[in-house]
Amino acid sequence: MQPLFRSRRDRLDRLRRQREDAVKAAAQHSDLPAGGSQTCPGCGRECQNQDLVKTEYVCPHCGYHLPIGAYLRLSLLLDPFTFQELWPELTAPNALEFPGYEQKLTAQREKTALSDAAVVATGKLDGRQAVFAVLDSRFFMGSMGVAVGEKITRGVEYAQKHKLPLVIFSASGGARMQEGILSLMQMAKTSAAIERFSEAGGLYISVFTHPTTGGVTASFASLGDITLAEPGALIGFAGPRVIQQTIGQELPEGFQRSEYLEEHGFVDQIVPRRQMRQVLSQLLFLHRKGVMHR
Amino acid sequence: MSNLTAAQRVKLARDPGRPGTLDFVHHLFTDIFVCQGDRLGREDPSIYGAIARFHGKPVTVIGHRKGRNFEENMKCNFGMPSPEGYRKEQRLLRQAEKFGRPVITFVDTPGAYPGLEAEAGGQGEAIASSLALMSSLTVPVVTVVIGEGGSGGALALAVGNRIIMLENAIYSVLSPEGFASILWKDAARADEAASIMKLTAADLLRLGVVDQVIPEPEGGAHVDPRPVYEAVDKAIARALSQLGKEKDLAAHRYQKFRAMGAVREERDT
Ligand SMILES: [Zn+2]
Repeated sequence: MQPLFRSRRDRLDRLRRQREDAVKAAAQHSDLPAGGSQTCPGCGRECQNQDLVKTEYVCPHCGYHLPIGAYLRLSLLLDPFTFQELWPELTAPNALEFPGYEQKLTAQREKTALSDAAVVATGKLDGRQAVFAVLDSRFFMGSMGVAVGEKITRGVEYAQKHKLPLVIFSASGGARMQEGILSLMQMAKTSAAIERFSEAGGLYISVFTHPTTGGVTASFASLGDITLAEPGALIGFAGPRVIQQTIGQELPEGFQRSEYLEEHGFVDQIVPRRQMRQVLSQLLFLHRKGVMHR
Repeated sequence: MSNLTAAQRVKLARDPGRPGTLDFVHHLFTDIFVCQGDRLGREDPSIYGAIARFHGKPVTVIGHRKGRNFEENMKCNFGMPSPEGYRKEQRLLRQAEKFGRPVITFVDTPGAYPGLEAEAGGQGEAIASSLALMSSLTVPVVTVVIGEGGSGGALALAVGNRIIMLENAIYSVLSPEGFASILWKDAARADEAASIMKLTAADLLRLGVVDQVIPEPEGGAHVDPRPVYEAVDKAIARALSQLGKEKDLAAHRYQKFRAMGAVREERDT
């Protein structure tokens, strides 16, 4: 096995280049605010954006993991210059003719420079080629309509065809309401694709990030060979508000958080964002001979 | 077919007198053996499972069960399954696959139960696993949406090669009440939500989500269920005979759901 890095300096160089890439990608896709500061939802303290870039958007005071955009996420993971986006222009029409949906989509596209809530790419992580899909919670709360379902499915099929491992980062409010029943059908479509990929011997690593609920939790996000979660992420099928209304009592502290899921046996490991790259690398190398041997 | 509004059909789909899974099972199947339990320590009565004969041949039957009186409603949690219900379903699906039995499912649920224990037990994982497993079966799967088809909790029983739907049944991403409260923060606007959600059988047939619609008598299936049982019986028999000619039923199912939802590949701005 080749060493991950030739030297410590090599590693530092790589990290520096990644940061630069992150800032560049972010500037292009408005992932990051240019300057200024924001209030941490975890501890309520002010965090300078220039500091947050260095900590991968983990609060330096309390360790809270702030949501990050799909391109920034990918730039933190992939080897420099290996990022290749797949089907970047794919969108879905307003098939149900839902009133006002097109205007909302246009507004979201202008705001985020995303075409829809999923970004799918191939790239290398520590030299290992893989397919990466990332949901972006800034676009319609990362909800899954036809475009997200199709992109995820194509990503899975691409990974199967090219015998590559698959890594999906989920962050989603669930099904896209405006696409109604067709959104629901994406749950069956994506799950079926994952199942085929699995039967063919493909490795799928699913990573839950904050928040992942509804139809995404109840489909591909819960079907990983390996399931990881960022600390403190809200993960569930029903949203906490709905559950509270249904049972008419307060929800326990920490309910539906990553740590709760870990305790109940639904997550292999909780991985802090700044260790994610290393853990994924380990898993990809552990499966080096195991991927697609059938 | 009658000219009812979507909201009127929602009411009919939820009518407590409407024939449920058990009614269909007892009118369409013989030699019924009820199967219970997930073999992981739990039994969920809101999902009914059985081995039975359909037109003389053994099949596996799975369906949502709401109960016929208050006591049964409580026992069946008003047709809202917990993870153990979906894990029982998975057990029966694997068995159907093992013994080469066709699977017939009946869909009638407001949705999977949004409760504390259900979440602790992995409701999301349970539904996802049912979807994945059902999609991969090599035996024929025929689904009949008989009442409410509510969200992922319904879909977990509905990854079929053929989807048949009763005229006044509904099938949607969320209940009209939930939909209205998410989009407009006002559950009272459910009727309005129903009118734009495309949840009626006719809408879903047009969208290609269901394959066939079974007409109901004026006033709904509960007014005179006998012709409905007969029509559903005929529809299932026809579906099974057509599917018998398919070489690869898993591939057939994959392509069916793969095709749901058209996309564009260029920017429209
Ligand atoms: Zn903080």
